[in-house]
Amino acid sequence: MLSLTHFLTVAAILFTLGIAGIILNRKNIIVVLMSVELILLSVNINLVAFSSFLGDLTGQIFALFILTVAAAEAAIGLAILVTYYRNRGSIAVEDINLMKG
Amino acid sequence: MTVAALFFYLFSAVMIAAAFMVIAARNPVHSVLFLILAFFNAAGLFLLLGAEFLAMILVVVYVGAVAVLFLFVVMMLDVDFAELRQGFLQYLPIGGTIGAIVLIELVLVLASFTTAPGSIANVTTPLPPGMSNTMALGRVLYTQYVYLFQAAGLVLLTAMIGAIVLTLRHKVAVKRQNVAMQNARTPKEAVELRKVQSRQGI
Repeated sequence: MLSLTHFLTVAAILFTLGIAGIILNRKNIIVVLMSVELILLSVNINLVAFSSFLGDLTGQIFALFILTVAAAEAAIGLAILVTYYRNRGSIAVEDINLMKG
Repeated sequence: MTVAALFFYLFSAVMIAAAFMVIAARNPVHSVLFLILAFFNAAGLFLLLGAEFLAMILVVVYVGAVAVLFLFVVMMLDVDFAELRQGFLQYLPIGGTIGAIVLIELVLVLASFTTAPGSIANVTTPLPPGMSNTMALGRVLYTQYVYLFQAAGLVLLTAMIGAIVLTLRHKVAVKRQNVAMQNARTPKEAVELRKVQSRQGI
């Protein structure tokens, strides 16, 4: 039978893949943004799994809000990316040093 | 093995393979397409958990909006993606190490966690019996969480305005409508009546 641990394991593997994706694709910021989406998806799976197995709707409400924030984050991130590409002609993360931070 | 378990293993295997391909694909367009596949399978997992509304929202919002946005941006930017792949092998050891550490930590948590017996008794918004998932979610979302719902709307509004402001570009060569200037015109300065002698012109 399916248990809570099954879903948590899948979410944990997905989270790990997202973390590894951020580190591995250090030069390609588009894939970094996609990895962030994967991480948020794994968190959503966790929330919905707990909500379903504990019989509490709050988890699904929170997953809904995470979905909203993820959409906003993707839109803003891609807008910044497009603006940056217009100014510098590159999207490599290492070239992002205009602010000398 | 029940049908639900069979579908669970199918969805999770395809989702994890697709997530792996998202970070490993050479072409970012393929990455986006694998991301869409991962989202579809996550929606399947949500269906197995009984969260039908979230599953459909996932397909509509992520596949219909976010992934298409990614696809637009990937295809719009003229970047040499082969060059961007250069550091992949260089970062493989540290990426693999950090990934393994996170996975081991999560597995340790998973192996040792138990649900507190009081937590099930303390459920604040229990699943109402005999009601569809969408209806139950709506009953909670528009009453108990209405302020958070409004705040989420504000977040989306801010994101929309921010994205437009960031990417809007005024071209100098293009003539644009100036509403204030149009409204400031009066008949006195815009129209002039002249007496023209016949057969002479101005």
